[in-house]
Amino acid sequence: MAGKTLYDKLWDAHVVRQEEDGTALIYIDRQLLHEVTSPQAFEGLRLAHRKPWRVETNLATCDHNVPTTELKGGPETIEDPVSRIQVITLGKNAQEFGITEFGMGDPRQGIVHVVGPEEGATLPGMTVVCGDSHTATHGALGALAHGIGTSEVEHVMATQCLIQKKMKNMLVKIDGKLQPGVTPKDVVLAIIGKIGTAGGTGCAMEFGGQVFRDMSVEGRMTVCNMAIEAGARVGLVGVDDKTVEYVKGRPFAPKGEHWDLAVEAWKELHSDDDAKFDIVVEMDGSKIEPQVSWGTSPEMVLDINGMVPNPDKETDPVKANGIRRALDYMGLKADMPVKDIPVEYVFIGSCTNSRIEDLRAAASVLKGKKISDKVELAIAVPGSGLVKQQAEQEGLDKIFIEAGFEWRNPGCSMCLAMNADRLPAGKHCASTSNRNFEGRQGAGGRTHLVSPEMAAAAAVAGHFVDVRDYL
Amino acid sequence: MDKFVKLTAIVAPMDRANVDTDAIIPKQFLKSIKRSGFGPNLFDEWRYEDVGQPDADNSGRPLRKDFVLNQPRYQGAKILLTRENFGCGSSREHAPWALKDYGFDVIISPSYADIFFNNSFKNGILPIILDDKIVDALFQEVYATEGYQLTVDLQAQQIIKPNGETIAFEVDSFRRHCLLHGLDDIGLTLQHQEDIKAYEAKRKQQAPWLFAN
Repeated sequence: MAGKTLYDKLWDAHVVRQEEDGTALIYIDRQLLHEVTSPQAFEGLRLAHRKPWRVETNLATCDHNVPTTELKGGPETIEDPVSRIQVITLGKNAQEFGITEFGMGDPRQGIVHVVGPEEGATLPGMTVVCGDSHTATHGALGALAHGIGTSEVEHVMATQCLIQKKMKNMLVKIDGKLQPGVTPKDVVLAIIGKIGTAGGTGCAMEFGGQVFRDMSVEGRMTVCNMAIEAGARVGLVGVDDKTVEYVKGRPFAPKGEHWDLAVEAWKELHSDDDAKFDIVVEMDGSKIEPQVSWGTSPEMVLDINGMVPNPDKETDPVKANGIRRALDYMGLKADMPVKDIPVEYVFIGSCTNSRIEDLRAAASVLKGKKISDKVELAIAVPGSGLVKQQAEQEGLDKIFIEAGFEWRNPGCSMCLAMNADRLPAGKHCASTSNRNFEGRQGAGGRTHLVSPEMAAAAAVAGHFVDVRDYL
Repeated sequence: MDKFVKLTAIVAPMDRANVDTDAIIPKQFLKSIKRSGFGPNLFDEWRYEDVGQPDADNSGRPLRKDFVLNQPRYQGAKILLTRENFGCGSSREHAPWALKDYGFDVIISPSYADIFFNNSFKNGILPIILDDKIVDALFQEVYATEGYQLTVDLQAQQIIKPNGETIAFEVDSFRRHCLLHGLDDIGLTLQHQEDIKAYEAKRKQQAPWLFAN
C-alpha cells in the first residue's frame, strides 16, 4: 500500500463521520475570527438560539478595518462609521459569546494570520479555519488550514465541524538553492506564474524539496499564504525541527508533559517517501528570479528583467482579451520592460509579508538610503503589535522613517483598503500584498506584487529594479 | 435557505475569465453586518461610472452603458453565463449574497474557485459546470438572440434550451438534496452530535494538548 501524504494524515485524523457519497464531517480544532466575515455568523447563532460548541477553540482579533495611523483610543474612535460599527460589533459578539479577543490597543492585536502562529494558537496537526481565504498561511506549520465562508464560520461555531469532500493531493517540488535576493515571495509568485490562478483548484498544495527545507518558518508562511492565489485552498509544508523550534514557548503552545507528547506526534506530520500525489509540479529553485506582477491577476507575473506581454502574440482569444483589459487598466504598453514601470506608492505589509523577517529584509535594503522623490507615499505596516514592538527594539522603525517611510500600526491596511489606507486611482504601487485585482488596493489603483526587498528597492529607485543590484 | 428546484429565465453573458470576488462585490461593501442589500452594488466598479459607497442611494448613480447588466436586453436575468475560474480570490460570502440579492439563482461556467463554489450552494445559488465548448456555444446563442432564456431543472439535472435541446449537468448528490429542500447545514450536522462527542472523547486520548484549555 502506498504511503500517505501529509494532507491524507491530517484528513484521516479529523474525520468524525464519513458518508457514502464522499462527503465527510471534519472536526475543527481552531477557528480564527475577524470583524468582516463574522457578524452574520454570530447573528445566525443568536437567531437560532445556538451556543458555540467549544467556545475556547475560537480566537478573535480585528484587522481589516483598523486604522494604522496613530490610535486615538478604542474602536469608538474609528472615523469611518461603517468600519467603526464592524469593529465594535466584533468586540460585543466576542464578549456575549465568551470568546477571547485581541482588540485595538492590545499589543497582541494584528492581522489574524500573523497573530495565530505568533501566539501558538495555530499548531502543527491542527485543523484551522477562518472566514478569510489566506488561512492557507497556517499550513506552513503542518496544519490543515483553509478559508471558509460566513455560513461555515457559523457552522463551525455551532458544531465544531465542517462538511467537506476530500481534495486532491498536489505537490510543488522545488529543489536547488535560491539565488541571493530571491525570496519566498518570489518563489510563490513564480509558482503562480507557472501553474496559473486555477492551477491548484480542488487541491491541497504541499510545498516540498530543498528550497522549502532551507526556508524559515515565516518564509513558508509567505508561500502557503498565496496557495489560494494558485487556486488551492490549502497550502502545506511538512513539520521539521524548524517548525517545532518556532512553536516552542508560545503562549498557546502545549506545556510540560503535553509538549513532549505533541512533539512526538508532530514528527509524523510529513508526507511518506512513497506517498502518491495526484499532481506533481517540479521547478528548479536556482532559476527563479525576483518577480513583479504586471497585470490584474496574480498569474500575470514576470521576472524583473522581463517585458510586459503583447496580446497580439497570444493565440488564445480569452487570454488575449484578458491581457488587453489588464494593460488598459494598468496603464502599461505591450512589450515595455518591467523596469520602466514607475512606482508612486509603496506598501510593505499584509498577511503575506508583514512579519519580523519581512521588515528586517526591507530594512536591510533601505538602510542609509532615501526613497525617491517620485514616491508619493511609502508605508510599512507591521503584522501585529508584537511584531511592531520587536521591530522597534531592533531599531528597524528608525531605518524606515529615515528612508522616508511612514511607520504604522498593525492591520490589513492597504492590502485591501477597507480602512483609510487607499491607493489612489491611476497610481502604481509596489506592494508586498497578495492580490493585484482591479480596485483591490483602492478603486482604480494599480498594484504590483513584489517581495519586501523588491518593494524597498523600488521605493529607492522610483521604478522597479533588480534588488540583486542593491545587495 | 431558499429552495431551488426549477427555473426559466433570461441569461446574462459575462464574457470574462477569472472574475474575482473583489470585482463581484468591492471591499467597501463588506462593512455591512447584515446578509442582505448587496444587490445594488454587485459588480459595482464595472457597473457604475463613479465609486460606490456603503449605505448610499444607488438609484441616481451614472451607469456604464456598455456593461452587460446595464443593457436593456439582459434586465431581469437570473442566470449568469461566464468563463473559467469564476469567483476566485477572497472567501467573502458577500459575493454570493450580492449575486443572489441582485436576482441570480444560477451561474453557468466551465469552472469555479473552490470557496466561492461552496458558498454559492449555502445561499441557494446553483453553480453549474459545463464543458468549455458548450459554454462557448451558449455565449454565441445568447448574443445572437435577444431575450434568450434557459430552463434549469435541478431535479432532472438538465438545462433545456429554447429549441428543446437538453444539456445534462453533474451536481454533488448531497448539495443537490440540500438545494432541492432548502436544508440548513447546521441542523443536519447537529443530527450527528453523538458522533462528534465520540470523536472528541477519542481525540482527547490521542492529542490531549488540543483539549488543555
